[in-house]
Amino acid sequence: MRRTMLFLPGNSPNMIANGSFLGADSIILDLEDAVSPDNKDAARNLVKSALKHLTFGTCEVIVRINSLDTPYWEIDLEEVVPYHPDVIMPTKVSDCLTIELLVEKLDTLEQKCGLEIGSVKLLPLIETALGLEHAYSIASSSKRIVGLLLGAEDLTADLRCERTKEGREIEYARGRLVNAARAAGVEPYDCPFTAIADPEGLAVDTMLAKSLGFSGKAVINPRHVSRVNEIFSPTTGEIEYAKNVFAAIEEAGKLGKGAISLNGKMIDAPIVQRAKLVLEAARALEGVNT
Amino acid sequence: MMIVKVGIAGTLESSDIMIRVYPGGNGLQIEVESLVYRQFGKHITKLIETTARELGVENAIIEARDFGALDCTICARLETALKRAGKEAAV
Amino acid sequence: MKKMISSLREVIAATGLSDGMCISFHHHLRGGDYVLNMVMDEIAAAGIKDLTVNASSLFDCHLPLVSHIKSGVVTGLETNYVSAAIGKELSAGVLKQPVIFRSHGLRASDIVTGRSVIDVAFIAAPTSDPMGNCTGKIGPSACGSLGYAYADAEYAKKTVIITDNLVSYPLQMRSIQEINVDYVAVVDSIGDPQGIVSGTTKMPKDPIALRIAEYAAKAIESSGLLRDGFSFQTGAGGASLAVAGFLKEIMLKKGIKGSFALGGITGYLVDMMEQGCFQSLQDVQCFDLKAVDSICRNPNHIEISAAQYASPTAKSTAANSLDVVVLGATQIDKNFNVNVHTDSSGYLMGGSGGHTDVAACAKLTIIVAPLSRARTSIVVDKVKCVSTPGESIDLLVTEYGITVNPLRTDLLEVLAQSKLPIVSIQQLLTTSVALNGIPEETNEREARVIGEVYNRDNRMIDVIYQIL
Repeated sequence: MRRTMLFLPGNSPNMIANGSFLGADSIILDLEDAVSPDNKDAARNLVKSALKHLTFGTCEVIVRINSLDTPYWEIDLEEVVPYHPDVIMPTKVSDCLTIELLVEKLDTLEQKCGLEIGSVKLLPLIETALGLEHAYSIASSSKRIVGLLLGAEDLTADLRCERTKEGREIEYARGRLVNAARAAGVEPYDCPFTAIADPEGLAVDTMLAKSLGFSGKAVINPRHVSRVNEIFSPTTGEIEYAKNVFAAIEEAGKLGKGAISLNGKMIDAPIVQRAKLVLEAARALEGVNT
Repeated sequence: MMIVKVGIAGTLESSDIMIRVYPGGNGLQIEVESLVYRQFGKHITKLIETTARELGVENAIIEARDFGALDCTICARLETALKRAGKEAAV
Repeated sequence: MKKMISSLREVIAATGLSDGMCISFHHHLRGGDYVLNMVMDEIAAAGIKDLTVNASSLFDCHLPLVSHIKSGVVTGLETNYVSAAIGKELSAGVLKQPVIFRSHGLRASDIVTGRSVIDVAFIAAPTSDPMGNCTGKIGPSACGSLGYAYADAEYAKKTVIITDNLVSYPLQMRSIQEINVDYVAVVDSIGDPQGIVSGTTKMPKDPIALRIAEYAAKAIESSGLLRDGFSFQTGAGGASLAVAGFLKEIMLKKGIKGSFALGGITGYLVDMMEQGCFQSLQDVQCFDLKAVDSICRNPNHIEISAAQYASPTAKSTAANSLDVVVLGATQIDKNFNVNVHTDSSGYLMGGSGGHTDVAACAKLTIIVAPLSRARTSIVVDKVKCVSTPGESIDLLVTEYGITVNPLRTDLLEVLAQSKLPIVSIQQLLTTSVALNGIPEETNEREARVIGEVYNRDNRMIDVIYQIL
């Protein structure tokens, strides 16, 4: 589960060492926007060293690399991939060609390092108008792709509108991204909430993301992790209901009934599907700390 | 790797280590100042020496000011400082 | 009857203070105190020497005391806490005989029972009348509770009140009574208000401290102790303070009405009382302006003496009724013994304060600390100094989760059913070594003893060695 993906600046030893204790399902070690150009090398070496020497408990480790229009992306991969991050997050992905180039590079590196080919996953950041247009084909372009992350800051710059807390300007982008990801069979992830001291705003934004079908949300502040995890976790009520759905199906099966109802409502395929996902999520979260 | 200029990496923050590398012709001269010198001084000096040699550096002056950095941070900062001080331009 | 003496020099002479005697000071003016230094300077000028100083705590502002030690004016020291700068001098061996370290409760008890004989108690009082009825609650140098001064005032052979705010007789709002006071001296200023009480205690922003605090609050919730009538004590900063924040959320959400909060009182605990989480505050020391203000206005905010707080020989104390206490530590070992006297190298930089007292008395004692800070592990094989014995400690909470003292099988059962991560102390030890590496051993056993640590039963629990 990736209810939360916490961004950590790649050039900060303290943050990286403590990253896996902040409760997020995934941590994103950032070599891109959180690192100034004169420290790209320092961050890369620190992230590489951390992957080599540290363990991250049950946290998934994602490395956000610099975009393919910079001179950094290739060395980022060359240095970091041998130490097997779980996922690489390429930025400003606008078309399938970018993915092709990345996959080719990853294939070569995995081969060279004796890693299982395809074991390093991709989670592209969709933050350009063109990227949003091509979202479905990007999402379907490689088996390595596990999801799409919406990058609202850069996207709104590309769309030439202002980024607001209410988020009306990204309504379309959110809907489109969810649709593209689901159509391709991968997970959609929402952009981070950027106001630091606004817990109500965070909750509203996150609940909106959940209601739109996102699987989780990127987070830039450790203090946001708990709440976002909570919102993306199935509630005890939802789990109870899901269990009841399957109990009702079993019951109906025993009695040879064709049509199944629960609490006066017909149980049709979408309800069963939702119940299944809830129970899967609950199972995945057993033994994971919130 | 040949050390041809000054290379600096790291910060003075807690859990970090600031490393300065200077060109020097007399083998590896390593000087360590550390918050945890009593406990890890010898170990840190040895680690810097070993890591420098692994990167092919045999001659350099290395000064380290440590604020309780873990081995992984020391290795990373040293590698960065050495490459910045080395012949090829660091990317 | 005249108790007012016009100068400190004269009042010292009036008390008959002479070589070899014992004098005492409280520490309610904390880092802003002027009184201890002023009195010591006058004592030195009068040529008196070989004194024992029994100060409830010493802060960096008291560094001039070291020169009095070097010159022989002071040859003995008894205290419950020393700040790092003073500690460094003591660790270097400036005092020829060992420092006697007690807890706040034991200090009061020893004074009351007569084990500690104080010849002259010098009591800084923010407001006093000419007969010595005095208080800490009002005045330009107000510090709130004067809890640590009560035993001194009552049992010292001579009691001197030193104030910068003389009011007319009788002072109504009195903590210390005229019946115990010999002399009253007025000075220009007893302390710097900035150093006495810092503005407001703030919640930490460090995400690790917050995570630890959240785990601790959930552990308290799972323990079953968080219900109506709940009583609580916690520290003034860091993860300890943050625990109060998380508990407040839970208590307000569930409508839990606690009975009292205890200790060193911060504005945060005052807020909790005002919002209905506690009926009262039992205050032995005020940490910030909000607490000082509250103790003046609010009859539910009660001043208590150190003996009432935690004396091991009293018939009962507030600590005996305490449900949960959250404390810090510099080190904790595999037997849960806690060090709050020295750092990991053995340098003196603290002391028990109320730690040993409340840890022994509370139903649930929780230590909160990150496993490691700047390559220094909190969890060690053997602590440099046993300040509080392991049997008083129930839980250690780190960013890795909850560690339960094996003696508490009941807690193990209860917490196993919560969804909190449980790790053993051995796992923490292994993890910290894997993370930091094995530190080189320092051996200071050849050096002499510069501190003796006494437990609540008056038995010496450990010694502190000089660091050369």
